Amino acid sequence: MSLFKYSAPSSFYPIAGKLVPWFSTLAFIAAVIGLYLGLFVAPEDFQQGEVYRIIFIHVPAAWMGMFIYLVMAGYAVLALVYQTRLSAMMMEALAPTGMMFTALALWTGALWGKPTWGTYWVWDARMTSTLILLFLYIGYMALVNAMDDKKRADKAGALLVLVGSINVPIIYFSVKWWNTLHQGASVSLTQGNKMAATMLACMLVMALACWMYSIAVALCRVRAIILERELHAAWVKDIREVQT
Amino acid sequence: MSWAEFFSMDGRGFYVWGSFGAFLICIVIEIVLVRLRIDSAQKTVRDSLGSPESIGAGKVAR
Repeated sequence: MSLFKYSAPSSFYPIAGKLVPWFSTLAFIAAVIGLYLGLFVAPEDFQQGEVYRIIFIHVPAAWMGMFIYLVMAGYAVLALVYQTRLSAMMMEALAPTGMMFTALALWTGALWGKPTWGTYWVWDARMTSTLILLFLYIGYMALVNAMDDKKRADKAGALLVLVGSINVPIIYFSVKWWNTLHQGASVSLTQGNKMAATMLACMLVMALACWMYSIAVALCRVRAIILERELHAAWVKDIREVQT
Repeated sequence: MSWAEFFSMDGRGFYVWGSFGAFLICIVIEIVLVRLRIDSAQKTVRDSLGSPESIGAGKVAR
């Protein structure tokens, strides 16, 4: 089957290498357009003034934090059911990026909260569940790195990610289920969006940039992980990069 | 709009640039770390092959 053919680290390594420049370029272009729209084109918000521009990085970061976790959960299922080595490697490659975006969502949220709500932090449902997401990422990384037996580490990590994935819908719906200081969804599948067209376009372009960036950096990292783990495999000796 | 006005962001520059700046710094750090990691992984493979010309070719560890 073609899908499983590429799930072999030996065939995925060169493919990932070819894809990285494409995704990096797309990320760069989208980021330039997004920043231009967000900082120069999008009008001032009638309630919040200029400070609302934090939304253009805050929302994409929060989306990525949640989404990368869900992708990891998908790989966790593959890793547990089919025991494909690449799935576990992809989880390991995605975790640091997901953690970074979650941390950035919290950081930019705090810096946005201070001037608009008058506080950097409250223990409201959305913020608390996002903090838990950050701890889940950290916990996964600590767990996988703490075990010497890679097979066991992968299994334990996959299980942790899978169990923790219940937190993602909690984050997403927290603003509906509980009375939160955090505002409701700006873009929703059922109610459409509540933003001006330029602002929405800008946010989506920035989200696209974060997407492309995440794919590029995860593919890059998975290549390093493949080499680290497959050090003694025969195919590794034949790859171009290690030939001098 | 002047550049001074642009950077002041209604006097909320600290919050806006504190956010955008942290974002940029994180991404730059991540790219550097990934670069170092892949270089060091490739170096480990090269060293394990034992080819003499490869010694010192890679960068320092992760």
